[in-house]
Amino acid sequence: MSDLSTDPSVRQIPDRLQSRSARLLQSWELLLLIVAIAIFIANSFASPYFLNAWNLSDATFNFTEKAMIAFAMALLIVSGEIDLSVASIIALASTAMGAAATAGFGTPALVLVGLVTGLLCGAFNGTLVTRLGLPSIVVTIGTMSLFRGISYIVLGDGAYRSYPADFTYFGQGYVFWVISFEFVLFVLFALVYYVLLHRTNFGRAIFAIGNNPTAAQFSGIRVGRVKFTLFLLTGLMSGVAAICLTSRLGSTRPSIGFGWELEVVTMVVLGGISILGGSGSIPGVVIAAFVMGLVTFGLGLLNVPGIVMSIFIGCMLIGVIALPRLWKMWRS
Amino acid sequence: MMTFLKSREAMLGAAILLLLFLIASRFPAFVAPANLVRVFTDTSPLLILALGQTVVILTRCIDLSVAANLALTGMVCAMLNAAMPGLPVAAILLLAVALGAFMGALNGLLVWKLAIPSIVVTLGTMTIFRGIIFLISDGAWVNAHEMSASFTGFPRSTVLGLPVLAWFGLLVAVLVAVMIARTPLGRAFYAVGGNPHAAIYTGIDVGKTQFWAFTLSGALAGLTGYLWVARYAVAYVDIAGGFELEVVAACVIGGISIAGGAGTILGTILGALFLGIVKNALPVVDISPFWQMAISGTAIIVAVTLNVRNARAKGRIILRSAQAEGATA
Amino acid sequence: MQMSVESRQFGAPAAGDEPILALSGITKTFPGVKALSDVSLDLYPGQVTALIGENGAGKSTIVKTLTGIYQPDAGEIRVSGEPVHFATAQDAAAAGITAIHQETVLFDELTVAENIFIGHAPRSRFGLIDWARMRQQARDILTRIDADLEPDMLLRDLGIASKHLVAIARALSAEARVVVMDEPTAALSHKEIEELYDLVERLKSEGRAILFISHKFDEIFRIADRYTVFRDGTHVGSGLMSEVNEADLVRMMVGRDVDQIFPQRQKSPGDEVLQVVGYSHPTEFADIGFTLRRGEILGFYGLVGAGRSEVMQSLVGITRPSKGVVKIDGTIKVIRSPADAVSNGIVYVPEDRGKQGAVIGLPIYQNVTLPSLSQTSRNGFLRLAEEFDLARHYTQRLDLRAAALDQDVGNLSGGNQQKVVIAKWLATKPKVIILDEPTKGIDIGSKAAVHAFMAELAAEGLSVIMVSSEIPEIMGMSDRVIVMREGLIAAELEGDALTPETLVRHAAGIGEKQP
Repeated sequence: MSDLSTDPSVRQIPDRLQSRSARLLQSWELLLLIVAIAIFIANSFASPYFLNAWNLSDATFNFTEKAMIAFAMALLIVSGEIDLSVASIIALASTAMGAAATAGFGTPALVLVGLVTGLLCGAFNGTLVTRLGLPSIVVTIGTMSLFRGISYIVLGDGAYRSYPADFTYFGQGYVFWVISFEFVLFVLFALVYYVLLHRTNFGRAIFAIGNNPTAAQFSGIRVGRVKFTLFLLTGLMSGVAAICLTSRLGSTRPSIGFGWELEVVTMVVLGGISILGGSGSIPGVVIAAFVMGLVTFGLGLLNVPGIVMSIFIGCMLIGVIALPRLWKMWRS
Repeated sequence: MMTFLKSREAMLGAAILLLLFLIASRFPAFVAPANLVRVFTDTSPLLILALGQTVVILTRCIDLSVAANLALTGMVCAMLNAAMPGLPVAAILLLAVALGAFMGALNGLLVWKLAIPSIVVTLGTMTIFRGIIFLISDGAWVNAHEMSASFTGFPRSTVLGLPVLAWFGLLVAVLVAVMIARTPLGRAFYAVGGNPHAAIYTGIDVGKTQFWAFTLSGALAGLTGYLWVARYAVAYVDIAGGFELEVVAACVIGGISIAGGAGTILGTILGALFLGIVKNALPVVDISPFWQMAISGTAIIVAVTLNVRNARAKGRIILRSAQAEGATA
Repeated sequence: MQMSVESRQFGAPAAGDEPILALSGITKTFPGVKALSDVSLDLYPGQVTALIGENGAGKSTIVKTLTGIYQPDAGEIRVSGEPVHFATAQDAAAAGITAIHQETVLFDELTVAENIFIGHAPRSRFGLIDWARMRQQARDILTRIDADLEPDMLLRDLGIASKHLVAIARALSAEARVVVMDEPTAALSHKEIEELYDLVERLKSEGRAILFISHKFDEIFRIADRYTVFRDGTHVGSGLMSEVNEADLVRMMVGRDVDQIFPQRQKSPGDEVLQVVGYSHPTEFADIGFTLRRGEILGFYGLVGAGRSEVMQSLVGITRPSKGVVKIDGTIKVIRSPADAVSNGIVYVPEDRGKQGAVIGLPIYQNVTLPSLSQTSRNGFLRLAEEFDLARHYTQRLDLRAAALDQDVGNLSGGNQQKVVIAKWLATKPKVIILDEPTKGIDIGSKAAVHAFMAELAAEGLSVIMVSSEIPEIMGMSDRVIVMREGLIAAELEGDALTPETLVRHAAGIGEKQP
């Protein structure tokens, strides 16, 4: 008796218009995955060095740190805000760690300093945006100068180099065979942020806020609190990235991670998160991270310099949004 | 008049005068006319770019590609000059503006025809333009000795006591101000940013207006590209790296609302001057230039906080007892 | 009966001039929707033509077509007999057609003079905008319509009624031969509406043709000379107002006889559920006090801007009162946020459905469960099956018309969006539901459904507060009515004291000493 046409008096509304598999087939993530696989195959044909476990493992360092920030940034952008200060938070957190290391603190304390600095920066951004109601793009352009500016004031053209030996594990250590600590962290955070955005009430609130903050507030969602939390998370992840990057480089200069904010935003947008807020997914960002990492690595093997790869990334960023729209215009 | 005194432009103007006064009280040489001219000249590239950016922000967009546009145009001009030293500066100037306008128009087309958010478009073209510089230059520098004397000399030559670079700053400021105040397109920039929905109803094409804003911003970036490379007598991939954010900062400090449709050209001019004075005063008052970044960051935050405070204030007043009688009937 | 109505469209237009503007055979299709199908519309000089139809009948589409914002797929537009083609809004303006749109479509950051002249500002010899002449001309027009406004005022400093005057001045500045007024009185007070009528009379006497779109029959009968009725994108009839009555028009609109009677209700209110004492806000309202009983429908009447919505939003914690107490079931509750209100059983269905009610972009089921996520989740983790169950239950109860529960609410009609918003709040199992203009802008069919549903809820013991500016709705649905004026309670009316006349008198403050 499940046939709807048998009982016209009760209007049954089906749960879903399309099955999940049908929707998956039309999804952005699938398209992106195909692109990633295509690049992978092209790379393995283009260079004999590509299909080497250690080389591939090295390649992951191209994106793991940025991707960790991108997860938090994705949530922030879905909620309709943005944080352009993430790379500067890296600089400030790294500087704070460098100062602490120089003062003789051990690795656990350094980690704590990095995380707390990230959190404080995030709290500062979050307070300005949610308490004072300022536009986040302007606030974080300001704090972007401010945070890195403090690093410059502290360090000038100098650098911190004296990190403890065991501090190197975060950026250079391997958990098992070719699986680096950073890669494990990346996978872990991908899962955490996937669950957070797609499987919790908090994640649902983020989507609601991104689509209509007023209606979300009227529906009993504490909009300010959610956004503040997201700025905190973004700051925290920048702190985590700062620990990994500082550990990998073994030194801190004020220019550390310069320009990363735009690469992180690119990763998020490439992953299918709408820059206008309200839609997108973490799997998309994960695949986008691999795409960007593979492109950088593959072109690197072919001795194409990094700056030229940026042309490719730039074209991809515009192309991924432009092509579907061009296709639609073409057909109509 | 009273409304002007309470405006953000007047506040910013007062802040600049106060700043100059404080510096002058310790270092009178800083406010000597010759030095002020030097400061203004030094600020001109920022000013020109900020004026273009203002128009873009007025239409609810943002152009992050201006610095990359500047660098690419600058490189093309420098290479052209190195290859053809005989080419007159006027031709190079024209080419710089045209090339810059072309790149701006590219941004504009993507925003107009494909309705891609401007931040995504210009983030993309920014990296593409930088990449192209590397491709055409092979990563090499074009140095002073490869440039002709007329090429590098032009921005520095003085006319009526002012360097040509400063004249360009003034000229662009006046032209943009007149365009904004007195042409239908200029008013359309405000209309499109202030209320895009209403703009359609008054027969203004929102996308097309944004296209012209990007083209203008691009043309000014191209112009600055030549001036920049000629003035510093060097061209390489990374010139003016990160300058786009300083340009946005000048606009924000000048009171241009990032939400579009609000702000004045005078504000932008003052915003650019403020940053220029701070930058030039730091070495004079013996503060490490490393402070500059943190100071401009703080200035942005303070400015945007004040702007929002000014704009808010208003709520609905229903109670008769709370009504200040008059104003509007 | 039906026959006689339908046959009118074939009747010859009454004697008079040729139409200034004539649209015929207009068809406009959007992806999936035929918005207009072979419709015609004639506008005559010196006459007001009322365009009547339910929401979705195609009224705004035809307005956008004749103002050049949409281009029709088929059909012909003639101005003074000459066929024309409007590619943009500017073309239509050049042909002398201007519109005063539903929402005042003006620019806050520009001056009054600029708002009047944007798009056709007077130019100096060099093609630059001539500000001096623009100010002078703006002043002339403003004087002509008795508007006490300065050309240099910024629009953002003006009230809504003044903005409306600017919109009218704009229509006049273009030397318009055809003026379209799309629900011009929707946001105006009683006095402002009277002034608008005067203005319409003046425009008529100047020989302009006016297209007047309104849902209010009293004003249509008062000022219109002719009518045209649309239904579901088709033309149903047109003719002279003097030849029809309200019932005829309603029948043409809905294609059937609509029972205008409100649902019959047993009036047996129970215990006090909500008690509000001395509620005040610095600028919006003061000293608001009332009680609400179980199963009661309490009406809040007043002019637009009397502070009713503000009081309601404060009750559910969106804004904070400066003083006052709320008691729920006899105990004092402090409500600081909408979340507090939900947990205390008070919910608010806002007036602005698109901005404050529905989350466009999220699917139906997620909209419904948004305030009830704690019910359908465990430890903060979502449970989709339970969400769908909850959403299905409430949307089916409200007879929602949708293809699937995971469809974006943005794809639903206004009436169905309203059903989703009401379902969302019922799912929280409230004690008190506040409905702010619940039937504003929805078609007559959905209106009746909402009214019936409200009566059903009250019968089940839910307490309802209904904010409404429609007197029939207030009279037909409320057990008791509170009238607000200028942020204060002007009267509480019940039984025999509750008449349309007392409502209007108290709302407008007629026959009372001004404070």
